[in-house]
Amino acid sequence: MIRTLLFAGLLASAAPVFAETHRVGPGPDAQQKLQEALILAKSGDVVELAAGRYVLDDGLSLDVDGVVLRGAGADKSVLDFTHQKSAGEGLLVTSDNVTLRDFAVENPKGDGIKSKDADNIVYHAIRVEWTGGPKETNGAYGIYPVESDGVLIDGCIVSGASDAGIYVGQSNHITVRRSIAKTNVAGIEIENSRNALVSENIATHNTGGILVFDLPSLPVMGGGNVIVEKNVVKDNDTANFAPKGNIVASVRRGTGILIMANDQVLIENNAITGNATAGVMVVSYVNSFDDKRYNPYPRHVTVGGNAFEDNGTDPQIDGAPMLLKAFGGKLPPVLWDGLGDKASALYVAAGIQGWSLNLPAQGKGLADAKPAPLDVATPPAPFDRDGIGAPAALEQRIG
Amino acid sequence: MRWHAALLMVAGASAAGTMVASATPPGSVDQAVILADAMPPTLSAFGFFANAPEQVPGKGVTAYRLNSPLWSDGAEKLRFVYIPPGKQAHADGGGLLDLPVGSALIKTFAFRKDGKRKLIETRVLLHRASGWAAFPYIWNAGQTEAKLAIAGGHADVTTPAGVDIDYRIPNKNQCKECHGLSGKVTPIGPKARNLPRGWLEQMVAAGHLDRVPQGADILPMWENRAEVPARLAARAYLDANCAHCHQPNATASNSGLDLRWEQDDPEKYGVMKHPVAAGRGSGDLLYDIVPGDPDHSIIVHRMASSEPGVAMPELGKASVDGDGVAEVRKWIAEMPK
Repeated sequence: MIRTLLFAGLLASAAPVFAETHRVGPGPDAQQKLQEALILAKSGDVVELAAGRYVLDDGLSLDVDGVVLRGAGADKSVLDFTHQKSAGEGLLVTSDNVTLRDFAVENPKGDGIKSKDADNIVYHAIRVEWTGGPKETNGAYGIYPVESDGVLIDGCIVSGASDAGIYVGQSNHITVRRSIAKTNVAGIEIENSRNALVSENIATHNTGGILVFDLPSLPVMGGGNVIVEKNVVKDNDTANFAPKGNIVASVRRGTGILIMANDQVLIENNAITGNATAGVMVVSYVNSFDDKRYNPYPRHVTVGGNAFEDNGTDPQIDGAPMLLKAFGGKLPPVLWDGLGDKASALYVAAGIQGWSLNLPAQGKGLADAKPAPLDVATPPAPFDRDGIGAPAALEQRIG
Repeated sequence: MRWHAALLMVAGASAAGTMVASATPPGSVDQAVILADAMPPTLSAFGFFANAPEQVPGKGVTAYRLNSPLWSDGAEKLRFVYIPPGKQAHADGGGLLDLPVGSALIKTFAFRKDGKRKLIETRVLLHRASGWAAFPYIWNAGQTEAKLAIAGGHADVTTPAGVDIDYRIPNKNQCKECHGLSGKVTPIGPKARNLPRGWLEQMVAAGHLDRVPQGADILPMWENRAEVPARLAARAYLDANCAHCHQPNATASNSGLDLRWEQDDPEKYGVMKHPVAAGRGSGDLLYDIVPGDPDHSIIVHRMASSEPGVAMPELGKASVDGDGVAEVRKWIAEMPK
């Protein structure tokens, strides 16, 4: 019994007694040395990447709980996957309580860093970049935690992803904060996830800035309880370069914040400017589906006070000239497709203008749209923030 | 540097193991090496083979084949199972044989060079008290010994199809990417439905297996695929080549694609299913499988690619399995539109 208690104490301790630091440097055998370090590390250990460029030809992976992988800085320790020959991502993490910080991943063939079933993970000051700019041949996701409970992404920068720069999927208790997503198809995407806080980020020059949605037929469903606040969502003006087949290939250039098929979402105190299609778009799932668990409509989406400017000036929507004319040269900042419960799908704070497509049915396209100014209720009650965001304990690993 | 200390301890332990092994006849499995919580630095420490370079199994080690195997760049595969004396595997319907603690699965990968078989690597799966552990061993140039390579490696080989490739030997973590289920390492291959009936009967007769499961499905022999419906051959192929990741609780669970033999919901095995996280792997196509239209099926597109980020499987292939692609194409082409 005493021994059990001692072990419990050790496990709970942030800095295990026997933690060690293993230093790895660049060089011709970096692939093997680094991968060995990631395999042999014990829980609590730090694997430290010296400054330099690590030319790697295979993906890396980490499957040990409680390891810190730390570089000398996001511009100093660079994992270069330009000549990668195998694996679906640059770095794959499949263990819990891992901290990734202060290094870069460049030009992975598939995803940048994927963490799957990796609870309580911290990404801090990580850069993932496809250095050739936006291209369809770039990998899909930059930072890609999936099926995880407890995700903190802080101070990261991702550019060039042909799907989403920062993509959190099928996860719970998430914070994406103080990060920059630029020139991706989707800047930041929260998909089939719950209790996510997206705050103080900059999403710029993507096709769409910040996307929150739920898709059918996935193992984890029922996305919701999401706060998108204090972000700068500016000039998302890159032509969509996602390969078809992916849901983000349908995102229209100039989408600021997109909420699709989600429950309880707050959009507040953001600066949303220069998004040519819409500042905020609240819509139902666009395709047909066959999944009885799935609710394709937006529910209880609140657009609070935000600073809107110069959105909707060149909407990538059929009939744009007519729409622009009808609304006086630019569209109001909030767009709803008109689907879902009329009384509770969308609430918009007083003084914010919007318009509705007034679509008659889900999954049937825009052909029967009857555009009109938005007429929805103001928020009925303060948004319930309880339980939203990454566990507070993850903060201690940053600094 | 604790690692160095740890490695020395491993080396020390193995020296002791070798000494014990040398006291027993060659080709007798050293049960202690299988069970110990260590990473034996050489394949010979286990004593799986009476003649390792010739791949002659030792006492208690039985060779086997799979009806429809996993394709790995066309490598010749030599598969063996070891079940400790006095213990028995249990058949659980058509599923994985339940192998007792102390068992081992051994698989050697070889390619031909100048008409001669060249052993590249041997992977072992050890059933320890704490669960299954997977280790890769790489053969030396002289073909006399295979050494532990936890970080994997690579070898220049020419496939039977005549393609020169940089063959990848997976690292210890990559072993788990395919062999992981609910976070634990598990065998993939020896499912009763994918083992020859005659072999199962022999294992029962030898006392290594409790029974031949009755009423379970039997996967077709891959080499006889022309004689069975493409539906069966293709689903057997997908079960053996894809389903270890593409099933609930495995590496590709988040895709929602379930390619196990027993999955009978067409959308779950890809029919008119949108991709989830395919990225550029989608190849501008909209669905995993479009009935009657293999050219517009993402599954075919990804199988037919050898480019990382597009190619499926992600691991264990540097070239394309033309036969596998042809069979899956045939199956999709025959599906009613």
